[in-house]
Amino acid sequence: MQQPNAQPMADGVLRETASQTAGPYVHIGLALDIAGLPPREQEIWNRLAGDQAEGERIEVIGRVIDGNGDTVRDALLEAWQADASGEYQPRFDSDAPFNSFGRTAATVENDGEWQFLTIKPGAVTLGNGRQMAPHINLTVFARGINIHLNTRLYFEDESEANAGCPVFNAIESPTRRQTLLARRESDSGDGVERYRFDIRLQGEGETVFFDF
Amino acid sequence: MSDIENRRFVPRDRNWHPAPHTPGYKTSVARSPRQALVSLLKPTLSELSGPDFQNLRMGPHDNDLLLNFREDPQHSGLPIGERIMMHGRVIDQFGKPIPHTLVEMWQANAGGRYRHKKDQYLAPLDPGFGGVGRCLTDEQGWYRFRTIRPGPYPWPNDINSWRPAHIHVSVMGPSISTRLITQMYFEGDPLIPLCPIVQTLRDPEAVATMVGRLDMAHSRTMDCLTYRFDLVVRGELQTWFENQG
Ligand SMILES: [Fe+3]
Repeated sequence: MQQPNAQPMADGVLRETASQTAGPYVHIGLALDIAGLPPREQEIWNRLAGDQAEGERIEVIGRVIDGNGDTVRDALLEAWQADASGEYQPRFDSDAPFNSFGRTAATVENDGEWQFLTIKPGAVTLGNGRQMAPHINLTVFARGINIHLNTRLYFEDESEANAGCPVFNAIESPTRRQTLLARRESDSGDGVERYRFDIRLQGEGETVFFDF
Repeated sequence: MSDIENRRFVPRDRNWHPAPHTPGYKTSVARSPRQALVSLLKPTLSELSGPDFQNLRMGPHDNDLLLNFREDPQHSGLPIGERIMMHGRVIDQFGKPIPHTLVEMWQANAGGRYRHKKDQYLAPLDPGFGGVGRCLTDEQGWYRFRTIRPGPYPWPNDINSWRPAHIHVSVMGPSISTRLITQMYFEGDPLIPLCPIVQTLRDPEAVATMVGRLDMAHSRTMDCLTYRFDLVVRGELQTWFENQG
């Protein structure tokens, strides 16, 4: 059946609905607290790991930086990562100690910095037996971004695993691979390791974005 | 090998979607990558899996914007504006319904003002209207929201740029590969072809995928008009199990 606003391709396969920017007010829909709206019964937010989660607790912070070197203060990010044993936990459950999915946003109050509270993901074993180095899949939305950008955060202190990761090495330029490394900053004080991952949208040090 | 790793989606046609760099929409100029995307010829478990929100607890009015916000529960009444329903199906490119997937939406009020700390537009906030909704699709992929028709609003781009009335819509689909954020416009709105954000699309047929159609058959007598808006996410291909047996 032909759908009202769906466009068929020549071979009868429908066209994907076209993308549009999430715009400056994305927070109303996906980050209510940042917009200044009251929370609903449950929200999807930036704490992927609770106190009972297994694994090394980490904090990931960063900025999204535009082609002028300025901080993008209205970016929204989504994270998708494996648990400490390298398994994805698709079923979102606010009561579970760990969730594979989370959201965060840059805020003006935080000078454009975003933050995830999580655990270091384990290496993901693929069907062919190869292992992907620990990584967090990140999706970036913002005003001025017409279609969301997909990237991966790897850890600088996992150089051996990174060297063997088929996706990390699918990036032809060794220089550009470095843009995916989160840098260890310091202990945030309570034994939580802090990593910084700045995402450069354009120009020098431009972050690698994937198509998949 | 897990079934998920055998999954393949129809490749995303990046000439159909807006290009990242679209100078008519000025903010895109400094926020668009200059390097080519790195294509993952063999997507992995990371890209082929995604969150499932069936256990996300929602309130009874999360998809009813006429009822889900009151600035002052004692005194604020129903929102001002034209009552509408917006409904449709989430299907993939082969027409297969996507059940139990999360659909989220947000919008301005009838005057074109967003309930957002940063929106300074002259039009007033509506004490009876928040502007956010969410729901899961049903078994057949249907979703539904009750709301008011948002107003158009001016924005700083060209000297006199106006957004057509629109509702922002976000859909997850079966994996992070199908993730999509778009906007629903309203059939017949003369501002659609004038909008620099709509114009980021090159193909008029791509614009047509974002236009909600008046659906008189589902409009409610003496209550509200209905708009039909289907969301098409990337199709999941049938896989060959090459390494079976
Ligand atoms: Fe908008």
